[in-house]
Amino acid sequence: MTNSNNIRFIQGNEACVEGALYAGVNFFAGYPITPSTEIAEHLAQRLPAAGGKFIQMEDEIASMAAIIGASLTGNKVMTATSGPGFSLKQEALGYACMAEIPCVIANVQRGGPSTGNPTHVSQGDVNQARWGTHGDHSIIAMTASNHQDVFKITVEAFNLAETFRTPVILLLDEVVGHMREKLTIPETGDMPVVGRLRTAVPKGVDYHPYLPREDGRLPMSDFGSEHRYNVTGLFHDMWGFPNNDPEVVSELLRHLVDKIENNKETICMYKEHMLEDADYVLISYGSSARSALHIARNRRKRGVKIGVLELQTLWPFPAEVVREKCANAKAVLVVEMNMGQVVTQVKSAVDNPDNVFLANRIDGQLISPTDIKTVLRMIQGKGV
Amino acid sequence: MSDNTKPFDFKDYVRDRYFPHMWCPGCGHGIVLGSLLRAVHELELDKNEIVMASGIGCSSRISGYVDFHSLHTIHGRALAFASGVKLSKPHLKTIVPMGDGDALAIGGNHFIHAARRNIDITAIVMNNRIYGMTGGQFSPLSGPGKKATTAPYTTIDNEFDVVKLATAAGASFVARSTVFHAKEAKDYLKKAIMHKGFSVVEILSQCPTYFGRKNKEGDAAQMMENLKANTVPIGSKKLESTPGLIQRGIFVEDTDRPEYCEAYDKIIETAMKGNA
Repeated sequence: MTNSNNIRFIQGNEACVEGALYAGVNFFAGYPITPSTEIAEHLAQRLPAAGGKFIQMEDEIASMAAIIGASLTGNKVMTATSGPGFSLKQEALGYACMAEIPCVIANVQRGGPSTGNPTHVSQGDVNQARWGTHGDHSIIAMTASNHQDVFKITVEAFNLAETFRTPVILLLDEVVGHMREKLTIPETGDMPVVGRLRTAVPKGVDYHPYLPREDGRLPMSDFGSEHRYNVTGLFHDMWGFPNNDPEVVSELLRHLVDKIENNKETICMYKEHMLEDADYVLISYGSSARSALHIARNRRKRGVKIGVLELQTLWPFPAEVVREKCANAKAVLVVEMNMGQVVTQVKSAVDNPDNVFLANRIDGQLISPTDIKTVLRMIQGKGV
Repeated sequence: MSDNTKPFDFKDYVRDRYFPHMWCPGCGHGIVLGSLLRAVHELELDKNEIVMASGIGCSSRISGYVDFHSLHTIHGRALAFASGVKLSKPHLKTIVPMGDGDALAIGGNHFIHAARRNIDITAIVMNNRIYGMTGGQFSPLSGPGKKATTAPYTTIDNEFDVVKLATAAGASFVARSTVFHAKEAKDYLKKAIMHKGFSVVEILSQCPTYFGRKNKEGDAAQMMENLKANTVPIGSKKLESTPGLIQRGIFVEDTDRPEYCEAYDKIIETAMKGNA
């Protein structure tokens, strides 16, 4: 149900803010960085008006640390950054993986490495989202190509963070973040919102913060309530106390990976456009997917059987979905704005990796439909 | 709620299944723990109302031993984690014990900014002038002319004065004591915990294993004697003849400065009226 009060004409970063508020965010800590700053600015205004808390911390590391602390008191928490800041957050992000603290980190990507290309678009942080923090772990990272989907995946990011007690990364990009377009905000209740799962263990009975229920979930207990327990970034036992027994270590590490990798079907979101009979499959995500979709529609009009698989979950990588959707393709063209971070995943997912090609752009400019068409024509043997 | 009419018993405040602790024989950190737990006992604080956040290092293991809500975080960032806890639930007493390296090298930025905000957190700097857990490297509080594994020819780095640094950064309660003066330390901790605003208590401690051995300061007992001999109460006459003595006492106690969480509550009030 929509009415005109629910319609906005806003930036993607604001759509992210709307999604976060819909999902119930009540604590944000951040540090200014282009092109994500609008997320902090809008939450600085909106959160206190809703009784929530906003804090501008002294640096990116502190912002990540503060949201973890706030999450432990029972809040839904978020921070936002871009490449250099995302690099700085990695150690604390790993802490959230290890200690299983729900939190959402938006990385509005710009060109890198280093200071890079601050006000220009890139999708260069895909692999950083997966492996930025040290050590084995699994992670959830999501992306979107338009504001309605930014809203949707932001709500979903909070839901997954709570469900799996994990950090979830929103990999937006500068074009989606700064572009203005329409957003229709769903009514309360139209989209599911997952709340914090709190323990039913009564006062006076031992609560084990890291003892999974039968369904694998770990109910939490807010700091300040009746159960007092330890949280650490060290390998730990079911009490949360440091433990380096080889069995405890391996079991915990497997749990951290399995809880995400074994639930890909629940976690992974994607969209398909015109794939039913497609000879050519374009695989794309984020703002690149807009150009991919444009050229696919354009070529369809000229009789080319072409479609688009738009990935919204990049990690865990939906390899099974990619394999299935590409099974009958003559060629697969991955469209992304980096040196080929998703194309390597696609090549290892499909039956015939020799038929997988890359259409990319790495100069800070949005990849255009023409850029994609050029590569497509070469694959088709039509020349440029 | 604790009952301070009951005599103080360690076991009421520690998770005894995690003992023995990992500190070396003669380490001063256990005395800091003792002073802190006695302070909590005498204040009759509810254990459910206390959050202890710590970073990494020998000192930081303290959070695992206490029966409070405890958050053992990453190196240097405990104050930032604690700021998230405190701003979320301002009624919780938030205590952050840190070693000298944790607080003032890797964590220096968070230290000065937490002080600047005057957020109601109690920071305890357990200063033994060395990185103990990693085996005896010099810290920003070692001072020049000291030996450490990373200063085989002695240090040339100057040290911070924690009291001056905290004061300049805006901490509204600043005190210093030593583990020799455990009762005094306890009294300062009590005041710090009850102080509304950012409080810093530096407690000089000894690391006989590394600092003491490297710098020929003797065993633990001798090092504690040194803490007695090298410190005086604020403004002591002894300073006239020996100006190098370290002063102990409460240097700052300012109750007028707005506390961060209270100030933010006013922001919420304004925002809710739609007055942004």
